[in-house]
Amino acid sequence: MTWDWGAVSAFMPHFWDGLLVTLQALALGSLISFALGLVWTLLMRAPTRWVRWPVGVVTEFVRDTPLLVQLFFLFYVLPEWGLTFSALATGVCALGLHYSTYTMQVYRAGIEAVPAGQWEAATALNLPRLRTWRVVILPQAVRRVVPALGNYVIAMLKDTPMLMAITVLEMLGRARLFSQARFQFTEPLTVVGVAFVVISYLASLLLRALERRLVR
Amino acid sequence: MTPGLWELVLGGVWTTVQLLLFSALLATAVSFAAGIARTHRRWVVRFLAGLYTEVFRGTSALVMIFWVFFVLPVAVGWQLVPMWAGTLALGLTYGAYGAEIVRGALAAVEPAQREGGVALGFTPWQRLRLILLPQALPEMIPPLSNLLVELLKGTALVSVMGMGDLTFSANLVRLALQQSAEIYTYVLLIYFAIAFLLTRLMRGLERRLKANVGKAAPRRTAARRPRPADAGTKPVDAAVGGMR
Repeated sequence: MTWDWGAVSAFMPHFWDGLLVTLQALALGSLISFALGLVWTLLMRAPTRWVRWPVGVVTEFVRDTPLLVQLFFLFYVLPEWGLTFSALATGVCALGLHYSTYTMQVYRAGIEAVPAGQWEAATALNLPRLRTWRVVILPQAVRRVVPALGNYVIAMLKDTPMLMAITVLEMLGRARLFSQARFQFTEPLTVVGVAFVVISYLASLLLRALERRLVR
Repeated sequence: MTPGLWELVLGGVWTTVQLLLFSALLATAVSFAAGIARTHRRWVVRFLAGLYTEVFRGTSALVMIFWVFFVLPVAVGWQLVPMWAGTLALGLTYGAYGAEIVRGALAAVEPAQREGGVALGFTPWQRLRLILLPQALPEMIPPLSNLLVELLKGTALVSVMGMGDLTFSANLVRLALQQSAEIYTYVLLIYFAIAFLLTRLMRGLERRLKANVGKAAPRRTAARRPRPADAGTKPVDAAVGGMR
């Protein structure tokens, strides 16, 4: 086996471009999953089973099927229905949708962990329903769920390479393009692999620091 | 969809199931080996097992698959058939997640049980085999069941390398029919059916293992199956969850 540092340095400019796309997808995907997950959780608390049941089935379905197939579905089927997005936008939507079915469970656990006394106090103070949620329950729930949400952000980071399959040039896509052009697979793929380990390790350190600040 | 295309899809299902079976076996072996090694007396063993889990959990499954398909042949000089390359990459990646589950469940067995074993003069191996594992196993099953569904979802990744699994066959059908809504809906439903079957099987296994150590099966509640994230708030999972 030969290791060619020249190939590494030739790959690095492409790597930074790919990293930027990866981080973009990650940031937007996380935002969508945080927002949509909360929507699912609140819908699952709806008083009627005609809302809870379909939402439960749909989210279970999305959670138990491969993200890759969902990506293909959105990428190929939406244009047939007359909706055309860029590959990156499609990827971000799929990531956000897929992970929202995980974050909904995180939120649910967080909301259930708010002590019953808080609900009772809100009732005793005669707070309106919306206000109870906005100023009493959610602030306490969100504080509890940050570490678990962070874990899913890290998991999502590791799923971003799948966007390559729908032609998004993120880190792995760049590596593949570069290695096919130069017939050097070892260096770019190893660089990308190491980058993932380093980024997810740094992210987990950051998360632990955040956890210490938020959860007391 | 013509019968010929359905045959293609069925072939894809078979490849996916085979790959799932092999990589699940490898992942189980690896996760028990690494998970138990992390409770070893010697720090070198603990360190190596910890290094393995951190590296393989830190990297992405798809990157690992690329690496096994493209770099490994150059590095060691032999090329694996796609099935074994996929098994190796998936088994090692998901084994690292499984190792954390095994370690967490072993650590969650009451310390008094271990001390009882020490007091009775059991060797470490006897303690593990006769005391710790029988009690830890039923606790591992729900998170392992979730991991198995994750592994099933992971098997779709090998289609990127041109292996003829279910996802790959869907791509072929899309190219043949020039329309995608129908075939992708079927494929999603097939994956969902397999996942459903797996969770049922694992639940049956959990009931049997619990009965072996004299615990009642968990009562059915509104939640259909134990989910990864609710576990996230329980103390056990602080150890299990860690970094995903």
